[in-house]
This record gives sequence, C-alpha cells and structure tokens, in this order.
Amino acid sequence: MSKPEKLIENGIRLDGRKPDELRPIKIKVGVLNRADGSCYFEFGGNKVIAAVYGPREVHPRHMQKSTSAVVRYRYNMASFSVEERKRPGPDRRSIEVSKVSREALEPVIFQEYFPRSAIDIFVEVLQADAGTRTAGINAASIALADAGIPMKSLVSACAAGKIDGTVVLDLNKDEDNYGQADMPIAMTPDGRITLLQMDGNLSKDEFREAFEMAKNGCAAIYDMQRAALLERYTSQTEGDILE
Amino acid sequence: MEMDKKLVIPGDFLSDDAKLADEGTYVEDGKVYSSVFGVASLKDRIRVVPLSGKYIPRAGDIIIGVIKEIAFSNWIVDIRSPYEGLLHISEFPRRIESADMSRYLNIGDSIMTLVSDVDANMKVELTLNDQRLRPIKEGRIIAVTPSKVPRLIGRGGSMIAMLKNETGCNIFIGQNGRVWISGKDKGMDLAARAILKIEKETHISGLTDRITKFLKEEKGEKPKEKEPEEEVEEDKSGGILDELLGNDK
Repeated sequence: MSKPEKLIENGIRLDGRKPDELRPIKIKVGVLNRADGSCYFEFGGNKVIAAVYGPREVHPRHMQKSTSAVVRYRYNMASFSVEERKRPGPDRRSIEVSKVSREALEPVIFQEYFPRSAIDIFVEVLQADAGTRTAGINAASIALADAGIPMKSLVSACAAGKIDGTVVLDLNKDEDNYGQADMPIAMTPDGRITLLQMDGNLSKDEFREAFEMAKNGCAAIYDMQRAALLERYTSQTEGDILE
Repeated sequence: MEMDKKLVIPGDFLSDDAKLADEGTYVEDGKVYSSVFGVASLKDRIRVVPLSGKYIPRAGDIIIGVIKEIAFSNWIVDIRSPYEGLLHISEFPRRIESADMSRYLNIGDSIMTLVSDVDANMKVELTLNDQRLRPIKEGRIIAVTPSKVPRLIGRGGSMIAMLKNETGCNIFIGQNGRVWISGKDKGMDLAARAILKIEKETHISGLTDRITKFLKEEKGEKPKEKEPEEEVEEDKSGGILDELLGNDK
C-alpha cells in the first residue's frame, strides 16, 4: 500500500477506530498439548502463539545459574507472516525483540525458586500487522501463568504513537509505516513499566499523552488476559456446577 | 466452588494479614498476593494450589522414579522434575557390586523411592533403604499434575481408599504425580480413567461424590455395553496383543 493522503480524519482512523481505541483481541489459553503452558493471541491483524516449557534442565549446561532459573525467550516470525516472504531464522530485529521481551517478563517471574533450571518461552508470529512484540508479550505472560510458573503478576503490553500529528493508541501496519512515532510499552497491573521503546519523534507533551493512552490500553488488555485465564477452568465445568 | 475457595491468577490480592501467607503466595507491603494461577483457599492460612507445574523435590517425599542412566556407583533417576535424582549403590537394600548394577535396576525400570536429601544446588539424593520402598515390577504407571496429588489422596486418604475399594486395585500415589496401579486389567482401566477424571476436575467442588458416582455408573454399565466396549478397546491398542498372548479371556 502506498502512503494514504490522510491517516486520520475527523478523529476517525483508516480502519474506523477512534484515536484511543484498541484493535479487537481474541485469546485462547492452553492450545498446545506438549507445552507446559500455551496461549494463542489475536491482536487485530496479529496472530501469535506462545509456548512455555519449564522449569526444566538447562541445555547447554554452561548456561545454567546456580541460584536462579534462566529465562530464555525466542521471538520468531513465520516466513508467511508478512506480505513479502520473510527469510526464515533469527535476524537482527528478532534477536532484539527476543531480548527486550525477555526483559519485559523477567521482573515478574520468581526465578530464584528454581535454581539450575531453564524456563523457555517461544513466541511464533503467524501473521504480523504491527505490534507483534506487544502481542507476543501478552501471549507469553498468559502462557507462563498457564504453565504454573510463580509470578508477581501478569504483564500486559500495547503501543501508542503519533499519526498525522495526532496521538493514537495501538498502531496498525499502515499507521506504523507512515506515522511519525510508535512507542510500545509493557507494564504490570500495578503500573510498573517493564518495557518502553520508541521509534520516531514525540514532544514532551505528546509523550505524556501517548504514555497515558498506552497505560489505559494495557489496563484494558489485562482485564482480557485475566478473563481468558479464568475462562479456561470455568467454561468446561459450567455444566457440572449447574448440575 | 466452595465459599472459601476461588480461582485466582498471579498478582490477585488475597488478604491484608501477612502472617497467614502460605504456599503459592507472596507478600508485598504487608499484603498477600497470589503467585500462581490456581485455586486459593482462605480458610485458616492463605494458600494457592497451582493448577499446573513441575514437581520440585523435597526431602521426605516418596516418589516414583524411572532409571534413565547408570553412572559409576549411581543410578540416575528421572523423577519428573527439572532436577534428576541420584540413587547411590549403597542406598540399595543389599550390597551389590558396581558392575552388577544393571542386573538389579536397569534403564527403564521403575522404582518407588524416598527423597532422602535435597541440597541448595538441587542435588537430589534418593534411597531404597526403607520398608515401604521397592522396585516396581507389575501393574502400570500413569502421570498426573504433581500439585493435584493431595486432592487425589483426599482428606485423610478418603479418595484413594474409595478408589482402591471400588476398583479392587492396589494404588500408590507418588508425590511427583506418578501413580502406580496394580490389579486386574479391568480394574486398572477403571482406576486410570477415574484418576484422570479427578485430575481434570480438581477445582470443582463435590469431587469425591462425583467420582463415586462415576465409578458406580461405569461398573453398573459394564454388563450392558460389554460387547461394543471391548471392540473399541481392541481397535485402540494392546487388544490384539492380549489376544495373541491369550490374556484377559
């Protein structure tokens, strides 16, 4: 798609959203049988799957830490996840995303409970539409809880940015490509920030506005994550409870 | 779900009284929060039983292990945990030579064993030197989530006693979630199905009653559906082998 004339008109964006509106979210917990915990997360056009294994033995051995678990996070985009075929395998970008995503989750995991072990998180992007790292973090934090790993809380993530001079929440692909700024953040429900990146330019005031917007977005996502987890153990048993 | 129990996720606020905090929780600024996704019980002490998770060995646990390697004077035992168990040759009930180790316990053999010590480095030492312990030679072993073991045993052993009674099997539940069942084929099938049902429904109240009902129904229905049920079993697996060996008939 070439650059559209306007990305936002009369407070309505190209896809019909208001500036502070999230894209629709769909969450399914426990989608993989082999993994200890898993989650499928749909965030607008983004479709990601997260799998968590562990705590388990560390291979290679030299990576293990004697007083805590090591957390490993692999973010990977499928070759078919974007319009132009993505060359498979890790590249500069996915290594960076893996690192910042791991660091976004590490503060909430009680790593010291499992010395000499590894907690492996795999995030596979099946379809990308701007905001895959936030979708991955959201999915991974649910998968960690599903695996029974002790944590301080979940982590929720979403982005805010600027298009045509207007601060907006949760940019989609076109807004990301032709907008002026994109700022993903991840935070715990009590407001501690575990990830903050920015691409583009924002003034001080714009930053504050975008930051508040993303915070509200994360709070909304947290409620959905929570509901999805609880639903895993209430839906299948509804019949029994009513009985 | 009972009134004093509820489903919680990590970070859920549980209480203002930090003194009551127990397993599955953490305390921050004098407040108690859940650290796992599981079922919280707020009676007496505040604890959360996770719905999933790995077995973390503790000294004194009786577990079921599978030999996975024979090293010099040690059997290395898979105990369904991030850590491996070590059974030293001297912990075998009688004196054996290092060269003969595989004659007594070979790779793939199962043992009922006691965790004698776990150190800070998570080196897990096992022993067979106890009246209750022995290698497992017959029956079958199934696996459940370790956190659900207390529920499987029931209050004062009520659930397990009922299961043994109804199926006519001997059942042993290892703390690491491996369950050993031995008895007649039919009884073992029924016991295994009941145990997996218990595992799936631990978080719903009235479990013992439901399982009793399930067992009664299954046993009651057997004579009626005998023919079709057996055919299905033969389709799956083992059936043909049983037939060739002349088992079960």
